[in-house]
Amino acid sequence: MADKVLMKGNEAIAEAAIIAGCKHYFGYPITPQTEIAAYMAKRMPKIGGVFLQAESEIAAINMVYGVAATGHRVMTSSSSPGISLKGEGLSYLAGADLPSLIVNVQRGGPGLGGIQPSQSDYFQATKGGAHGDFHMIVLAPASVQEMADLTVKGFELADKYRMTSMILADGTMGQMMEPVALDYEIAPAPEKPWATVGTKMAREHNIVNSLFLAPEELERVNFERYERYAAIKENETMYEEYMMEDADICVAAFGIAARVAKNAINEARKQGIKVGLIRPITLWPFPEAPFKKAADKVKAVVSVELSMGQMIEDIRLATECKVPVSLCNRAGGMIPSPEQVLEAIKAANNGGAK
Amino acid sequence: MSTTQFLFAGFGGQGILFSGKFLAYKGLMEDKNVSWLPSYGPEMRGGTASCSVIISDTPVGSPIVSNPDVLVAMNLPSLDKYEDSVVPGGTIFIDSTLIERKVKRDDVTVHYIPATGLANENGMPTLANMIIAGKILAAMGEFDEDGINAALGKVISARHADKLGLNLKALNLGKEN
Repeated sequence: MADKVLMKGNEAIAEAAIIAGCKHYFGYPITPQTEIAAYMAKRMPKIGGVFLQAESEIAAINMVYGVAATGHRVMTSSSSPGISLKGEGLSYLAGADLPSLIVNVQRGGPGLGGIQPSQSDYFQATKGGAHGDFHMIVLAPASVQEMADLTVKGFELADKYRMTSMILADGTMGQMMEPVALDYEIAPAPEKPWATVGTKMAREHNIVNSLFLAPEELERVNFERYERYAAIKENETMYEEYMMEDADICVAAFGIAARVAKNAINEARKQGIKVGLIRPITLWPFPEAPFKKAADKVKAVVSVELSMGQMIEDIRLATECKVPVSLCNRAGGMIPSPEQVLEAIKAANNGGAK
Repeated sequence: MSTTQFLFAGFGGQGILFSGKFLAYKGLMEDKNVSWLPSYGPEMRGGTASCSVIISDTPVGSPIVSNPDVLVAMNLPSLDKYEDSVVPGGTIFIDSTLIERKVKRDDVTVHYIPATGLANENGMPTLANMIIAGKILAAMGEFDEDGINAALGKVISARHADKLGLNLKALNLGKEN
């Protein structure tokens, strides 16, 4: 077993990114993710990489675009209001089919909101996040180990499909420390014949661009992009099932909410309620299959979220409304307690869910 | 099969986060499952800072400690805020130099340690937190010098290695008082 160390989630993301071969970080400080930038500022100069604190979030995402166009692994990180500022850049990255890793350590919103943990950027992350038809691969870690593992995975998927991977974490995941082992075998990044690294007078120019004035051509690149998205849905969906084998009630939660939900599930099991958990690890693509399966077995689903209820819409679509889906939530930086989740489980078990 | 949930609370600057990290590391080195979660934000600057630590034989679910088995209160606002949240039968450690009142509850075990006073008298004014950590380990029957040295080696960076002895002395002071 590799030596385990205690690390903050934010630090684990930064170190895993460096291990994955990311030598370019651009960012702008914002609570609760500033440790990522601080860690990069310390480490990047030592490995011959680039740490640059940009003049704004918008500048940082466009620096990401520039490096991504050269084919190098690159990332930026921010928290909710800062991610909104990056929206234009996210759309341009998608339009130019550039791989990158974006980290959102969410805080309460909307607007400037607060600085305590939240999951209220689910819609923004999973439904595109800016203008145009596009998706990002959205990864939702529920432990410090997963903060690191999914960072490595995120770079690999971004390169494989030429698109943005987003780590959708929250303030708790960023700030907490847990044991983490960082022993990865990093496969070499795939060849990037499209990268703009100089022709050496030996080939045609590569052009990285998201402007297509001919609608026929713009339609074609959109259709081609969605063929890749279909392959991702087919091959890259990830989720965890916990005690679902004999479950009458299904709790759905990701990230910190899933941690709280497990406490409640363990307590409910002690009280004789058959309840399990489906924890999406990829939020896009959304793991529809386990929910579809659960819809034929359980009598109700409880979605536990740190928002006014966003993932619940994807659950209703995946279960085709065959079973009632209720919401157990806190918002604005508050976190549901295990007791609150337990009450919601009991209500669902007694047929109280709507 | 056991889980202990700790809540450390005090003023920012008292080393709440550090002593929490030390105990978490000691648990980790004994192959326990551990988590450490700080409060963050404006309340840390002058108000109450707190830190949730869980040490368990089983995987840690929620890292948020709302009802601690062990409360460490290093100032009066922390005791006022968290006294009622401690589970019945739990334990409260109090810096009695800074907190003059007694615990009101009679269903918890209380240790009063004049930690800040002891720290000042012994030329280690910043280590009241570790004096209390020593008391916690002694009270839990887990004051083993090997484990302590190993954990200190992890939380004290190489740059501050000369402080290791002083931290050990603080832990011992806590054990003896």
